[in-house]
Amino acid sequence: MTPYNKPLPAENVETKPFWDACRQGKLSMQRCKQCGHHRFPPTFYCPKCNSPEHEWIDSKGLGSVFSWIVVRHPVPRDVYAADVPYVVALIALDEGVRIPSNIVGVEPEKVTAGMRVRVIFRQVTPEITLPLFEPVPEQQ
Amino acid sequence: MYALRDKYAIAGIGWTEFSKNSGRTVRSLASEACLKAIDDSGLKVADIDGFVSFNFNDSVPAISVATEIGVPAARYANDFLSGGNAANMIVLTAAAVIEAGLAETVLCYRAMNGRSGFRLGGGRDLSAHGITQFTAPFGWITYPQAMAMWCRRHMIEYGTNSEQLGELAVTFRSNAVNNERAMQRDPITMDDYRNSRMIVEPFRMLDICLETDGACAVLVTSAERARDLKRKPVYITGGAYGGGPNQGEDLFDAIRWPDQSHNYAKYIADDLWRSAGMGPSDIDIAQIYDCFTYSVLMQLEGLGFCKEGEGGPFVQGGRIARDGALPLNTAGGLLSEGYIHGLNHVIEAVQQLRGDAGARQVADIETCLTTAGAMTCGSAMVLRN
Ligand SMILES: [Zn+2]
Repeated sequence: MTPYNKPLPAENVETKPFWDACRQGKLSMQRCKQCGHHRFPPTFYCPKCNSPEHEWIDSKGLGSVFSWIVVRHPVPRDVYAADVPYVVALIALDEGVRIPSNIVGVEPEKVTAGMRVRVIFRQVTPEITLPLFEPVPEQQ
Repeated sequence: MYALRDKYAIAGIGWTEFSKNSGRTVRSLASEACLKAIDDSGLKVADIDGFVSFNFNDSVPAISVATEIGVPAARYANDFLSGGNAANMIVLTAAAVIEAGLAETVLCYRAMNGRSGFRLGGGRDLSAHGITQFTAPFGWITYPQAMAMWCRRHMIEYGTNSEQLGELAVTFRSNAVNNERAMQRDPITMDDYRNSRMIVEPFRMLDICLETDGACAVLVTSAERARDLKRKPVYITGGAYGGGPNQGEDLFDAIRWPDQSHNYAKYIADDLWRSAGMGPSDIDIAQIYDCFTYSVLMQLEGLGFCKEGEGGPFVQGGRIARDGALPLNTAGGLLSEGYIHGLNHVIEAVQQLRGDAGARQVADIETCLTTAGAMTCGSAMVLRN
């Protein structure tokens, strides 16, 4: 099997709790302890009240497609040639933050604005698990 | 009242060949453009005492250019770590630097081997540090991929379509036909646009600017002094730089931006028009930052040439053509002339306002808007003759 050759997140002291949570199958974000503001990506200070006091809460992992692209031309070619076409989306999570990810489990042509999606987790190396999204199945 | 209105002027311009493979160092390109700008103004190297430039770690420090061309005393040198958003800001900075008494004659330049060296469009650091750890692992890496996400938002919100994007590509190419500097001078049709290869939906190849090797330089001094020099002064009437809330952790990052269906332009519009003492209806022609077709629409809307969401229909029907009501990107733009990170738009503005644009000259013009930047921050100027 060829080694995983795509970019891997280089976690740091601020982002480690996010990637730790992914390893446990949870999508997490910061909530300000002083004003309750949810924020992503992680920061040391709350942009609303400037408090550094925060807690990590679990997202329900549900959201909708805010915008999306379909990558047809692989860059770098040797890394993504086997993956195109693939979908990158900005997902508006129900908790009020946006997160970039891939939409999988659906043909790129079927992705639509506002489409409901839910998080799934894919372990890509022994150390790294990525949060991806797939369409929420239609209610029966 | 804007303290600098018409007080400073562009007195010289210079540029190198625009190519795919210069075979030269970036420093020598910078020096060539600077020497040509000095010569164009009628000044001498010894008159230069300031430099302002910007780069992505793909250029050379101003002091190295000062060294190569033999400037006796560079009193001010500033290298902004910045993208195309700075291409007008460096000219405004030159005026501010002279106003402050830090220098008298300032060269602004951008030099890059943007095709043969460090390719902005070709990819980024794959190590995914910092904010990139939330984008690159999902294969969201290049600037075309970044901007396509913005374009889709406009399509979702306002129904903007590819025919409207194509109008920009086709119109700008028709302007490049008459521009000896331009990298792409063969006319294209809307069918050529429609058949252009899909790179990253919704962008086709012809929605994306040209990676270019080359350099441009602009010489700024006081208007009073410029009036005594060789060339007709082009006055810096007004300008603004900035963006809105949540400009992000780098140029790529717009995760927290209010909405990608608008960009920096709407946040600097009031400052720009107040500084110039003008409004959109006073602008005769404009050079709008077109790293991608779509970025033009957000800037026309944000600066008030049309309402938010109406940029698509606005650019259709010939309005932006050379003989239209608002000629845009008269040299072909970053899409067809080349991509010297937006500073080439200032060169074209000066040529047009001097009446030196040859076969592509727009008649009877007094004002030209230039803009720089596409995403969360940017700069713009009103120039006049
Ligand atoms: Zn707070």
